[in-house]
Amino acid sequence: MSIFSDVPQAPPVAVFKLTADFREDSHPQKVNLGVGAYRTDDCQPWVLPVVKKVERLIVEDSSLNHEYLPILGLPEFRSASSKVALGEDSPAIKDNRVGGVQALGGTGALRIGAEFLRRWYNGVNNTATPVYVSAPTWENHNAVFADAGFKDIRPYHYWDAANRGLDLAGLLDDLEKAPEHSIFVLHACAHNPTGTDPNQEQWKKIAEVMKRRNLFVFFDSAYQGFASGSLEKDAWAIRYFVSEGFELLVAQSFSKNFGLYNERVGNLTVVAKDNDNLTRILSQMEKIVRTTWSNPPSQGARIVSKTLNSPELFDEWKSNVKTMADRVLLMRDQLKSKLQALGTPGTWDHITQQIGMFSFTGLNPKQVEFMIKEKHVYLMASGRINMCGITTKNIDYVAQSIHETVTSIQ
Amino acid sequence: MALLKSNKVILCLGNISPSLGVLSTRNSSWWGGVQMGPPDPILGVTEAFKRDTNPKKMNLGVGAYRDDQGKPFVLSCVRKAEAIIAAKQLDKEYLAIGGLGDFTKACAQLALGADNEVLKSGRNITVQTISGTGSLRIGANFLARFHGGPRDVYLPKPSWGNHTPIFRDAGMQLKAYRYYDPATCGFDFKGALDDISKIPEQSVILLHACAHNPTGVDPKPEQWKEISALVKKRNLLPFFDMAYQGFASGDIDRDAWAVRYFIEQGHNILLSQSFAKNMGLYGERVGGFTIVCTDAEEAKRVESQLKILIRPIYSNPPMNGARIASTILSTPDLRSLWLEEVHGMANRIIKMREQLVAGLKKEGSSHNWQHVIDQIGMFCFTGLKPEQVERLTKEFSVYMTKDGRISMAGISSGNVGYLAQGIHAVTK
Repeated sequence: MSIFSDVPQAPPVAVFKLTADFREDSHPQKVNLGVGAYRTDDCQPWVLPVVKKVERLIVEDSSLNHEYLPILGLPEFRSASSKVALGEDSPAIKDNRVGGVQALGGTGALRIGAEFLRRWYNGVNNTATPVYVSAPTWENHNAVFADAGFKDIRPYHYWDAANRGLDLAGLLDDLEKAPEHSIFVLHACAHNPTGTDPNQEQWKKIAEVMKRRNLFVFFDSAYQGFASGSLEKDAWAIRYFVSEGFELLVAQSFSKNFGLYNERVGNLTVVAKDNDNLTRILSQMEKIVRTTWSNPPSQGARIVSKTLNSPELFDEWKSNVKTMADRVLLMRDQLKSKLQALGTPGTWDHITQQIGMFSFTGLNPKQVEFMIKEKHVYLMASGRINMCGITTKNIDYVAQSIHETVTSIQ
Repeated sequence: MALLKSNKVILCLGNISPSLGVLSTRNSSWWGGVQMGPPDPILGVTEAFKRDTNPKKMNLGVGAYRDDQGKPFVLSCVRKAEAIIAAKQLDKEYLAIGGLGDFTKACAQLALGADNEVLKSGRNITVQTISGTGSLRIGANFLARFHGGPRDVYLPKPSWGNHTPIFRDAGMQLKAYRYYDPATCGFDFKGALDDISKIPEQSVILLHACAHNPTGVDPKPEQWKEISALVKKRNLLPFFDMAYQGFASGDIDRDAWAVRYFIEQGHNILLSQSFAKNMGLYGERVGGFTIVCTDAEEAKRVESQLKILIRPIYSNPPMNGARIASTILSTPDLRSLWLEEVHGMANRIIKMREQLVAGLKKEGSSHNWQHVIDQIGMFCFTGLKPEQVERLTKEFSVYMTKDGRISMAGISSGNVGYLAQGIHAVTK
């Protein structure tokens, strides 16, 4: 009798299963619009030119070794990352009340932040504090907070399916009704999976309610630069909230905007009231990190740090990021035009109104199934497509497939 | 253990809750009640060392290998592997949740031996982890979620300081079995058997595969055999922590002997591996976690659950270090080079042990220092008391942990004499 006889088979993680199925498919025109990774117009992964350059510098630097990083990570990486999020001239940084915790990707940053909140926010070890995530949201948000110990994870209104846009009224209503001190996970830009972001006026309204109701702000920032092509524009919401005096957390990922997916580079930016609070917070972050991974991996942080801290490399990086963002914008534009040209039923403005890597097409589960099974175009059951999977070579086929799907399946 | 105490302090002080509902975000902070966390006892030693201006200072705290010049050592096989990898111009796409397949396969083979029946039958699941810590944590989380037995994990007394908080944070409880005998500075075999015989069935027992940290005291093969029989008799679940394979004796097969013996004897073990020390890949965070299951079908179920656990911690592991390790392990001449270099590191440590004892004799010490030579691996439990440690630090700028543990790697032929002087001075 094994002690593990009763371990049930867990369902596969959907987004990875989709890619696995895609790989096994032998159809010559198959298209993968699933997992969120950038692709070039040749549908290839893209290692950013600046990354290649910096990696060479690192390999050639014989003074570098593989010693442990400090628990909180590479100091130059942490400070440069927080600066990218909050801005060069951030008053909060000048006040010495901003700190970073290098983490394993955005996921790692979210998890360390969640663990910290569960231990120290709203009392001590208060697992009952409600955590609100958008409806819909990145499918891993729920598990991150649940596994960190939170017992009450709730949706807040976000996506208005009928109008294919932001349900601001619903969102504000949820903010008004949420118990004081509830934690809200906000997507800083390029909302995953809907691609629908609040505009500045809407962000201001959200901030006003959150401040009045003493709600906690936890930003998930996985696409800075990638969404609009501008680092500043994509960080506007974060900076606005900071300027409004919020103490907050920002989980930053460099997976997409640096194309460093598999090196697991992330940073949890902490904005505290003052340096004294920051110091105590970081000391407790250390405790959490020490029992999770002891100290973070070196390679990715070195690449990002070297890049962000060198004016020339920083500029080169920004232009690489703009290259990616521009290609996505182009595909959005062209997809919408082609669907309109085909006379595909429905309105398709949302494709160009949405921003970032993903688009919530509005296709329903039956239509999604048709797309996958009959057209060999792979997308998430929610109707989410990764715009990066579309290229000038396959866009006609994709548009055709959507057209056929929408006209034959209701 | 120091860390055990510090956690209790945090929890006690933390019960002074900030008043809720009265805070305004304009004038006060959410974090007023957050206590200052005490410095990590092991890593804290290095911090203190850094601040010391004495030119003769020695850092015998953290377990990172140093060459005979006291410098960090990047293995040649690592540099060679890095060059090979750089030339390949690989992409940076996400790894699978369980990590790089080439790595996990090689990792399991290294531990179990390439022709192990377990590997042939596919009844192991091995996932890539964030070095040894990440591996232990995944294992601990898995136990907390799926182990039907008692919540207790039995650690040897003493054990690595981070074991306790790792298991605790995962939701397990900690107990201990006797291990180190301060009277002999050796293994308390009788005490260990006695305690193990009383452990409730189905409890988890953690064993250091080789080069016990912090004591350097390992059971002999005959003793391992008896421990295995007893663990089987008590129906305990063995969890091996192998952070020093190759680094202990210089021979990777010899250092994995206990792990392989247990498996041979029918124990379906849990195993954590680290490549931080034996490949010098500390900061790249390379490790593996293995569960030996009943059969391949069970392994598949267990694997699916491990993925569910890993995904909300860090999604998937980092590529760089795993790629280096897997290149070394699967490229014949790099693998031989690696084995040579590991042997070299282990030999230097052994030499330092001998030189330290010779040095102490030369100083005229009347104590028996045989244990320094008998112990194995990176660490040595000197037997020094806290007051003696404090003096050694204050008067000689020799930094080590309060329990008297020294990292042999921090000793070189250039400073071993100075160390002998210091130890003799505080113990005579």
